[in-house]
Amino acid sequence: MSVKITKRDVSGITVVDLSGRLTLGDASAQLRETLRDLLSQGQKKIVLNLGQVGYIDSSGLGELVSGFTTVKNQGGQLKLANLTQKVNDLLTITKLYTVFEVHNDEQTAVQSFS
Amino acid sequence: MGSSRGVKPADETGAMSSEPRRVEVTLETKIESMDLGEEVTRRVAVTAGFDEDERDKICMAVRECLINALQHGNRRDPCKPIGLSFTLHADHLVVQVRDQGAGFDLASVPNPLDDAHLLKTSGRGLFLARCFMDELQVGSGRNGGAVVTLVKRYSSNHREPSGAPTEKEKRQ
Repeated sequence: MSVKITKRDVSGITVVDLSGRLTLGDASAQLRETLRDLLSQGQKKIVLNLGQVGYIDSSGLGELVSGFTTVKNQGGQLKLANLTQKVNDLLTITKLYTVFEVHNDEQTAVQSFS
Repeated sequence: MGSSRGVKPADETGAMSSEPRRVEVTLETKIESMDLGEEVTRRVAVTAGFDEDERDKICMAVRECLINALQHGNRRDPCKPIGLSFTLHADHLVVQVRDQGAGFDLASVPNPLDDAHLLKTSGRGLFLARCFMDELQVGSGRNGGAVVTLVKRYSSNHREPSGAPTEKEKRQ
């Protein structure tokens, strides 16, 4: 498995911890399912903690964009936190930094919802 | 799994030959081939003497071209192979990814940085490949299909496979 995904609640915000590689195939599908489950449970304030994600390919980026749009369309917010340098560079190169709300750490991301 | 031929990373002494050396791999059109192609690319990049940062960029570029071949070229048809070849020259590496699709014109590929495309869920692969390599060209194969050619030149940090100092280290 190229990515591991776990969820936890922090002050009413769902923090999704990802570790590994977010790439074409199972990893991207896993993220899609996780976000779909959260939305079906009415959890619409979501932080993706990418602190342990060292690699994202174009499919993984596409999945992040898809998740962002899906959550937004359902009246929620999806924010990113704790980016590794490589992922940070990738979002900068692709201009996706202008799409996502990115926070340096999880605490700041969680507090930004209030 | 894919098949490979012509794998001869270095001569007996580990020194770089002046003759270009070629590595050729045929991959199956399936998702698992992306990881396999990336792994082969990493080994070739190590052999060629690229540093870690450059190796990561080359691997990412090749992976993106393989994904492109899988999804857009071969349209996930398992009967169509993906060709991956590496040619190590004295001062640069050439990588070619060949699919069995209809081919495409690079100029017609939308710019993913345009505001109109920013929220699209695909279309960033070739852009990333171009960012991470020195050159990217798209042509046609002899029997049709697209051939994406990537070029990466050795930088001053380039290390010979024998472990000889880099040009940068020599100057220090």
